[in-house]
Amino acid sequence: MNWFINSLGSSIGKKLMMAITGLSFCGFLMAHLAGNLTLYGGRDAFNAYAEHLHSLGILLNFAEIGLLSLALIHILTGLYLFWQNFRSRPVRYAVNKSAGGRTIGSVTMPYTGVFLICFVVFHLLNFHFVDKTQTTIYDIVDTAFSNLPYTLIYILAMVIVAIHVSHGLWSAFQTIGANHLKYMPFVQVASIVLALVFAIGFGFLPIYIAFNL
Amino acid sequence: MTQTINVTLKIWRQNGPKEKGRFETFNAENISTDMSFLEMLDVVNEQLTRNGKIPIAFDHDCREGICGTCGAVINGRPHGPEKATTLCQLHMRKFKNGDTIAIEPFRAMAFRVIRDLVIDRSPLDEIIQAGGYISANTGGAPDANAIPIPQQTAETAMDAAACIGCGACVASCPNASAMLFTGAKISQLALLPQGRPEAAERAISMVRRMDRLGFGNCSNERECEAECPKEISITHIARMNREFLKASFFSSVK
Repeated sequence: MNWFINSLGSSIGKKLMMAITGLSFCGFLMAHLAGNLTLYGGRDAFNAYAEHLHSLGILLNFAEIGLLSLALIHILTGLYLFWQNFRSRPVRYAVNKSAGGRTIGSVTMPYTGVFLICFVVFHLLNFHFVDKTQTTIYDIVDTAFSNLPYTLIYILAMVIVAIHVSHGLWSAFQTIGANHLKYMPFVQVASIVLALVFAIGFGFLPIYIAFNL
Repeated sequence: MTQTINVTLKIWRQNGPKEKGRFETFNAENISTDMSFLEMLDVVNEQLTRNGKIPIAFDHDCREGICGTCGAVINGRPHGPEKATTLCQLHMRKFKNGDTIAIEPFRAMAFRVIRDLVIDRSPLDEIIQAGGYISANTGGAPDANAIPIPQQTAETAMDAAACIGCGACVASCPNASAMLFTGAKISQLALLPQGRPEAAERAISMVRRMDRLGFGNCSNERECEAECPKEISITHIARMNREFLKASFFSSVK
């Protein structure tokens, strides 16, 4: 097992863990978005979706444990990489200038990441760890977004998710070695498109609910 | 007619690896715009020597852009603002009269400053020593073209082999990572049949050595390929990633 730990503990191994967990989260977000779009169908459609999801029972618990493990790997590896990378240049440059390689996504990756951890905790406290015996999930969502600060926080968070994904998705492909002459331009465009899908898809839901469109 | 300009230089001075460094300001006057950046530094150094002061230490050798010895960070850009050139091939015509130019050494934990702008790049040599070679322990030299290699493969290998080991990739990387260097050195051999027998061992041992030397981790910022004087692409980093993952999880090398 020593070889396994050595491989994953190497610089490329840590990148691999970030890439695979990150790609999994992109997959999760797509499923999450597909589910949330039922909000446009109104109270009954959304509550039916939630009920259907919860009827999965033990499967859902396994999925939650899976997601939590992925999150722990992604967050801990990410923080460790951030610290190692910070340490690797003890004396900083007096003048910093980009040659054009960096993007807003790549520059802000650790910071958008830390923001997103806080947001996920906030999000779970809002909608997951709440007493649902007296009310339905639609009513909880409806109440939350009638509060302007909540709506703004959620919209901001979705913009930040988009920035994180815009670098993360193509970067994950590069990391697993899938940088191909024919497909890379497509992957790079797909990263931007998926980022926009998340920003618009999730971001308009709070607006839709808040203004009872 | 030759044009001349005056520029102000803010240069990093450091007496030794353990000493504290600081910026010193110099005025370079009547500099011909046809001079290279290093020739401009030569003029400043001659002036300093005549005045009994210690000249600025900087590395240089061929001054033709092929040896990989020179290099400094000019206004935040390794080898200066010109694309695909080394510092010796940067000319003063790229600057305007009255410009202030900040000159710093390549900075990374793995690159010790020896003096002023001179750094110790031997960690890059150590990465090569870990496996950046092929072993041919027996027999005479094989016939040329005995092993057919497609032209395109040979060209891609040559693109990687164009690396002169100057360290600009490390200097430009926000994480001081040496992945473009190591990726190029692994790629140039991984692409050719002569490099295949030791490919797995090479990938693992070069990557592990790179990690031990204190370079940062790649986060795909793409600054390295933008600054590389030989324009080496990050597709070579992807190839290194493939080689390393293949070697780690599918070969018998531990």
